[in-house]
Amino acid sequence: MKKDRFASPRYGVAERRMAEALVELEAQALDPPTEETCACKEGMFPGLSRRSLLAGGASLGGAMIAAAAGRAQEAPPGAALEPVPEDPTRVQGQPVLSENGYGSRSQFESEVRWRYPTATAHTSWSMTPLASGHGIVTPSGLHFERHHAGIPTIDPRAHSLILHGMVEEPLRFTMDDLMRLPAVSRMHFIECSGNTLTEWEEPTLRTVQGTHGLTSTSEWTGVKLSTLLEMAGLRDGAAWILAEGADAAVMTRSVPVGKVMDDAILAYAQNGEALRPEQGYPLRLLLPGFEGNMQIKWLRRLEVSDTPYMTREETSKYTDLMPDGRARQFTFVMDAKSVITFPSGAMRLPRPGYYEITGLAWSGRGKVAKVEVSADGGETWEEAALEGPVLDKCHTRFRLPWVWNGEEAVLQSRVTDETGYVQPTLEELVAVRGTDSVYHLNAIQSWRVAGDGEVTNVHA
Amino acid sequence: MSMRNVSILAATGAAFALASHAQQADDAQVPRQAAELPQRLEGTGERAPETVPRSSAEEGAEIDPAAFRFGLGRRASGEEIAAVDIDVMPDGHGAPEGGGTFAEGEELYATHCVACHGADLQGVEGTGGVALIGGRGTLDTDAPVKTVESYWPHASTLFDYTQRAMPFNAPGSLTPDEVYAISAYILGRAGILDKGTEMDAATFAEIEMPNADGFYRATRPDTGPGEAPDAD
Repeated sequence: MKKDRFASPRYGVAERRMAEALVELEAQALDPPTEETCACKEGMFPGLSRRSLLAGGASLGGAMIAAAAGRAQEAPPGAALEPVPEDPTRVQGQPVLSENGYGSRSQFESEVRWRYPTATAHTSWSMTPLASGHGIVTPSGLHFERHHAGIPTIDPRAHSLILHGMVEEPLRFTMDDLMRLPAVSRMHFIECSGNTLTEWEEPTLRTVQGTHGLTSTSEWTGVKLSTLLEMAGLRDGAAWILAEGADAAVMTRSVPVGKVMDDAILAYAQNGEALRPEQGYPLRLLLPGFEGNMQIKWLRRLEVSDTPYMTREETSKYTDLMPDGRARQFTFVMDAKSVITFPSGAMRLPRPGYYEITGLAWSGRGKVAKVEVSADGGETWEEAALEGPVLDKCHTRFRLPWVWNGEEAVLQSRVTDETGYVQPTLEELVAVRGTDSVYHLNAIQSWRVAGDGEVTNVHA
Repeated sequence: MSMRNVSILAATGAAFALASHAQQADDAQVPRQAAELPQRLEGTGERAPETVPRSSAEEGAEIDPAAFRFGLGRRASGEEIAAVDIDVMPDGHGAPEGGGTFAEGEELYATHCVACHGADLQGVEGTGGVALIGGRGTLDTDAPVKTVESYWPHASTLFDYTQRAMPFNAPGSLTPDEVYAISAYILGRAGILDKGTEMDAATFAEIEMPNADGFYRATRPDTGPGEAPDAD
């Protein structure tokens, strides 16, 4: 099924190269050449999880799977390899703190982020495995990443934040200072505005990780940025704030003061512990509902101004080219979007029967009000149940029981947010934007379930 | 991470803990490689809680939380600000002293840029280096080519980005004169800046980029019955 997917002249050389490589890589991950392909097609989840299960099952004959099994035995990332006893009720388990005081996941779980095959691994991105996610929280180690110059290693004791420009008093804060200030904890999604960018013209990637994996949700803890601005005092005319990171890209974006005063957070913690290095350790900007690129990681400087700074990331990138050749600038808010994560692309339903359709919905403008699900490509819709709590600018889990009768079906989800905005079809979106805007594709996603249970990405 | 690696890290951390405690390194005077494990408390052997964060404010600072005076943080000095205040705005605000010419830039480009961006400034496949020039008149076609020449609305952005993030193998290593010269070279090759013009802080306001008027702020959302347009 090799096909020139990106032949359209609308793709630039670099985009085509990256997209081709991405498709190739995804195909390899789904069908590893060393593995008999039938093995992973039996279950509903393709790839690595299935292989782990097989490995576990192969160990019945012996106490030590590493010795007993013919397959390569390595702990998946984030796990430690322990012997698997024949009967766990007849031997003592692992001693307390055998993992040195910081836990690990089961050796039988192996979900991993997956890197987009850009030319270098330093300016690249990785995607969250949404298909295997549960609830609304993304494990910190599976949160998507986008870096422009690698992940810096920063000692928080050597890090400071400087706030200057159109303020009454320029201020300097150590991490210690920031951690003593009044704090808030909020659950929010972050989505890259490039999420789903491969899907404008035709169904391209096969899994929900590939099509939608640049969105994740965490609980973020830190200081409201408005607190620091109150301390410094904004001068008349202050309208924009430049946020700057301490990575090798010295990443910069201009943020409207109104947004900052509303709900921006300087976050030092994620899901109950310090930020992960790849999420901006020791300090990142959080702008709930705005595109991910603006939420500057490794934050070192904030400068207040009356005009935007017109940095590379808000002119040459993260602007949306329209059919008339002009480009939209400062398209910050992530419009409401939803996607079914189960069943989703490259899964195979083993047989007709009961399945719970589930997925995620979110909006950069507030709360999710309603999610509807269609099993017939949008002809008829049924309202899904929303799993509480439904939070502002946060992933919301939806569920709908479904009995698959074995006939072809096309599954879709459609979110309505609390402003009344309804997630558009791809056709509606393309009618306004054309297909060259790259960013902000929030259209309804379709998964086709074939008669044999194979689930594929389709445009319906 | 495997247990083995965790153990090694822990051991490393313990070694550094000894070193840093001996020197009472509360601030960043001694570069650390890792955090030490929490100390054991006498008697019970419990792990000690984290050290209470210290304020960098001078002692005796007025404290009134209701008025956002917490006695935390301090005034940033002009020197501290200057050390990180590197941005250059469209009107040239923030541009450093110095200057450079097309001819100087040609030589510097061949040293620092050509490997990824190519002698033709079209980018070298496999390096991630993008095309810098060309593409004028393509933005409203089915094959838009976005380059500094065809797409970027401000010359300041070229200087600012080159200064902060380029070259990729040695970011931040170019002097202001070198960045001016490389900018002059790229803009010269793009037919935007006269090759005889020396580029300096005053040049930014004068340069007219071909796509300067190509950007606008849209009302969103742009589909369906939404009600809240962007507030900026």
